Amino acid sequence: MTAETPTRPRNTQPAAWRHTDILDLDDFDVDEIETVLTLADRMREVLDRRIARVPALRGYTVVNLFYEPSTRTRASFELAGKVLGADVITITTATSSVVKGESLIDTVRTMRAMRADAIVMRHSMAGAAYLAAEHTDASIINAGDGSHAHPTQALLDLYTIRKRVGDLRGKRVVMVGDIAHSRVARSDMWGLTALGAEVVVCGPPTLLPRGLRPGDRPSHAESALPPVIIETEIDRAIEGADVVMALRLQSERQQGGLLPSLHEYSQFYQVTAERLKRAKPHHLLMHPGPKNEGVEIAATVASGSASIIEEQVTNGVAVRMALLYLLSGRTDLPGEETR
Amino acid sequence: MATLAIHNGRVIDPALGRDGIADVVIVDGRIARVGPNEGDMVVEAERIDATGLVVVPGFVDLHTHLREPGFEGKETIRTGTTAAARGGYTTVCAMANTRPPMDSRAAIESVLREAEKSGVVRVLPIGCITRGREGAELAPAGELAGAGVVALSDDGDAVSDPSLMRHALEYATRWSLPVAQHCEDPALVRDGQMHEGWVATRLGLRGRPASAEETFVARDIALAELTGGHLHICHVSTAGSVALIAAAKARGAHVTAEVTPHHLTLTHEEVGFGDDYRSIHYHTNAKVNPPLREEVDIAALRTALRSGIIDAVATDHAPHGQGDKEIEFDLAAPGLTMLETSFALCMKLVHDGDIDLPTLIERMTIGPVRAWGLDIRAGFDGLGTLAPGAPGDVAILDPNAEWTVDPAAFASKGKNTPLAGRMLRGLVVATVFGGALVHDTGRVVAL
Repeated sequence: MTAETPTRPRNTQPAAWRHTDILDLDDFDVDEIETVLTLADRMREVLDRRIARVPALRGYTVVNLFYEPSTRTRASFELAGKVLGADVITITTATSSVVKGESLIDTVRTMRAMRADAIVMRHSMAGAAYLAAEHTDASIINAGDGSHAHPTQALLDLYTIRKRVGDLRGKRVVMVGDIAHSRVARSDMWGLTALGAEVVVCGPPTLLPRGLRPGDRPSHAESALPPVIIETEIDRAIEGADVVMALRLQSERQQGGLLPSLHEYSQFYQVTAERLKRAKPHHLLMHPGPKNEGVEIAATVASGSASIIEEQVTNGVAVRMALLYLLSGRTDLPGEETR
Repeated sequence: MATLAIHNGRVIDPALGRDGIADVVIVDGRIARVGPNEGDMVVEAERIDATGLVVVPGFVDLHTHLREPGFEGKETIRTGTTAAARGGYTTVCAMANTRPPMDSRAAIESVLREAEKSGVVRVLPIGCITRGREGAELAPAGELAGAGVVALSDDGDAVSDPSLMRHALEYATRWSLPVAQHCEDPALVRDGQMHEGWVATRLGLRGRPASAEETFVARDIALAELTGGHLHICHVSTAGSVALIAAAKARGAHVTAEVTPHHLTLTHEEVGFGDDYRSIHYHTNAKVNPPLREEVDIAALRTALRSGIIDAVATDHAPHGQGDKEIEFDLAAPGLTMLETSFALCMKLVHDGDIDLPTLIERMTIGPVRAWGLDIRAGFDGLGTLAPGAPGDVAILDPNAEWTVDPAAFASKGKNTPLAGRMLRGLVVATVFGGALVHDTGRVVAL
């Protein structure tokens, strides 16, 4: 057994951190976002070590409670917890009493009674994580609630963009696709606008949510939704973009009568190399995954030089490490574990 | 001879155009005399001092979910009618979405029997429009009329098939029954959880567009005009519906309409927000169909209630248990418990200067009675009025008393109100049904 030199515990008491749950980015101040991004940098450093493991969350229990199938988000949280030495268990609907009709509140309370410290929840219904947070003192992390929010995805997007372009102020970030049903787009809008980016959302009229245009809501409620630019024509949207993000298109949208066909969608809204010529020369291309290549994004573009899709995935682990660590309330991040 | 004399209140009886200080004398359960110092003429009476208070006919609710039979965990005829009495209501029309639903003589008679036994105020049953409320075949309107229903409704669901709705309106004319439609096109509101608009977008909830109501209001008005049937539009909630109803009435269509206290006072913001827009919640107690709408709708509804385009305030009292509401928003049952907050909530219109008190009282008493033709039906003589011979039903009100809503103190089993903890102005001080006190806050003084 070789003992690497332990790094002296560094005080990582965050400059600004007030959250006990992470439900969405709408209630994050800029300084809190900065706290996460700064810490994610250090976590990324841990993650890139030869032996990516530190005991920072030893004795901390994370339950992944997934009411909806997920591969990447679930794996990302599992890895994030394990790298930090937390105990992580994952419950999916197929393997739990959830299917027997136990209520969400009961399930969450049961998890807490088993001393879960954090519950990572994915659910098909908007607000499910809020309901859970009201009924437990375990930390709730919203890993996607219906069409509403996906704050950890948004934070990893912010981290990924920031690492590449630096200051987001004045940068044009364009999201293309099913804005109405996208929890990623909703959370990204809050985070990106908070950091000063110019956010453009683009999609067919049937996939744009109502009320997003400032004139669609009363003046007293102007702050109730993030300030974004709405486009239905992709070329205009992409014009001058620093970042272009394609969103996943669910095939149900066609059955729901929202789109004539996936083929027509790809004709008018697919992010292609040709269309990206209108973006800034050193633009970045993102996708929250899983991708439908040939539908919302051209295959060549997804694997092209501007694509930072895989980086998003790696950064996702680092950001989730940072979030678990912040929620744990622990204040020193030790160096590499001895082995 | 049992006599009750209510002294010296401001008596408002819109049916007779009365508004002034007077005594109300009830003998053997019926109104005997109303006038200044009339109470002093009677001897051997039980006496109540209503000085400084407002005395009106007991309220009439066209839209109450009593839940019995079938959902006694949510409400019973006893708890629901107790809640009614506390809200100043002496007549409630019981909605048909019970289990079994009110689509047979036997079902109606069972409700009437239970109401006779345990009801605290008058219960008038509503029958189904379609058998089993399934929207496929007509329920036996003649049989239901014979059993005593005052209207037909599949409320909770709309009768979606236009041909069936046409025939329902047509058939019911034989018994002069209003067909009360819950106007929301199920295809347009499918899976919708709240009003479609910027709040729904913020919360990521699927919307129920205003147009889903308006297309059915327009369609059913056309069918009423085609058939000569009496269309009653339940819980009107949008400015667009108001315009359609106004135009229909101007053409002389047999269309009446009701509005709820909550649609007159609360917006869709109730669902998602507390004090500011920074953080959100998913307030299932503000989930209701049709959903709470926007300020412009409230303004139009208030104007329509004042002008009489909307005939009546109806509570749509919809009690639910905690398990129906402490749950994911998509799964939560729609509806608000309302009987006990109705008057106070409606008084906001008076305090805001949007309607005067006598007009509001009209819309809660004789307005609903006339809307459903109960004033010309046998057996309902004087209902909603203080005319001699009318039922001895009276509400005694303090329009200015402030109180804080505490659902735990409700008589209703349903604690599902978005108003918990809110200060309201307007109190039902006491309620008299058939000459007997059925609700008393202790603020009326026996003389």
